[in-house]
Amino acid sequence: MSTAVTQEQVEAVVVESLETFGADPSLITPDATFEALDIDSLDLAELSQIIHEHFGVELKGSDVAEVKTVKDAVELIASRL
Amino acid sequence: MTARTDTPTILVTGVGAVTPLGVGARTLHERWCAGTCGIEDGEGACTEFDPRELLSAKEVRRADRFTQLAIAAAVEALADAGWEEGALPYEPERVGCVLGTGIGGIATLIDGQDTLRERGGEYVSPLSVPLMMSNAGAGALSMRHGLRGPSFAVSSACASGAHALGTALRMIQSGEADAVVAGGSEAGLTPLARAAFSALDALSPSGISRPFDARRDGFVMGEGAAVLVLERGDRARARGARALGSIRGYGASSDAHHLTAPREDGSGQAAAMSAALADAGVSARDIDYVNAHGTSTPLNDRAETHALKLALGERASEIPISSTKSAIGHLLGAAGAVEAVATLLALRDRVAPPTLGLSEPDAELDLDYVPDSARPLAVTDGEPVLALSNSFGFGGHNAVLCLEAA
Repeated sequence: MSTAVTQEQVEAVVVESLETFGADPSLITPDATFEALDIDSLDLAELSQIIHEHFGVELKGSDVAEVKTVKDAVELIASRL
Repeated sequence: MTARTDTPTILVTGVGAVTPLGVGARTLHERWCAGTCGIEDGEGACTEFDPRELLSAKEVRRADRFTQLAIAAAVEALADAGWEEGALPYEPERVGCVLGTGIGGIATLIDGQDTLRERGGEYVSPLSVPLMMSNAGAGALSMRHGLRGPSFAVSSACASGAHALGTALRMIQSGEADAVVAGGSEAGLTPLARAAFSALDALSPSGISRPFDARRDGFVMGEGAAVLVLERGDRARARGARALGSIRGYGASSDAHHLTAPREDGSGQAAAMSAALADAGVSARDIDYVNAHGTSTPLNDRAETHALKLALGERASEIPISSTKSAIGHLLGAAGAVEAVATLLALRDRVAPPTLGLSEPDAELDLDYVPDSARPLAVTDGEPVLALSNSFGFGGHNAVLCLEAA
């Protein structure tokens, strides 16, 4: 995928997705855990689809299982760009 | 007539409903009895229902509309029963949940199919299965209220709601549960369902639900849900519960005849009515009112009239018989539960609600269908006030409840 994609762009898509999933926008920070945001495995499966659509990055269930915070997710995706 | 002693009394301690007549069981009852019709443009939609008033954004997107409707009806029913949120009056393992639906999450299914066609399989939502599955409603109620007894869906097309209540009744009678949250839910107002029912010639081309009228030309599709809280009578009384009434009996049968048409002589439906009477330990002369299946299709209303005569004999001509579907359309898998709620509230108020829109009698259909407006129910002092509520589904499934006012 394009190298022009920045980590900020990835973060924006992740944050927007979390809000769509029903997470409280005021709680979404880089260090916020998915547990605290009430984001579960079904949400992360949807997030994987959205990330694939936007950035062409494929995330497997085993990748996502290791992800605990918003920052973890953004960094993982950015590392695959 | 005295209650049977070998099985416990099963009380209805709370009711809730979302229907085309509005949000709330009492709203349904009051508006129907006032002669209000909830059908607009040939459909019974729950236009007053906004799931966001009750559910968080997350809960809304994690529930198909049929589940959202069930959640709203259940919240009302549990509050009506005096069950405080987060504090069940019984051991959670002793509270079950049975929810009927004819189709389940059809809108979710259609969305998934559209995504598959337009964007490809990799974009089909992971929420598709948990939202569309027919048991999603039962699962949602179990999770929301911490019901840890048996929970599952019941599906028998337009008899699903009544079968769910009958199944719940048996669950308590058998000792498997002390209380069951039970009902039915349906949200099928989609282009696919419209086309499919139209192709069967089942939907009314005129868009008018007028059961038992000579001009009836099919049913009007509706959506909605109703939930009832059933409790073992001795346990309910021990906690000081107020009961709206009881489910006295339940009877079910099958036509074993045709995919969609009932047996014309009504014998399959009559068998379910007779079984419900026998289960309640009452006879036809004890029945004060019948809430008919009354779909407004030429076939059903004729067969049901035959069935009423077969099962009730002369009593069929003496008592009021009316159809809730004249006011809200046909709620398919929710119909049996919604109509049980409407029947219990009618019995409580000693009123026979009307069959709306019935102004041109069919010469063949000669029972008292309570045309136009509600009227007081004639009851005998000191005797139980009893009704039958009929539900029949495609596939030849017949389920009848015998309900008693408190």
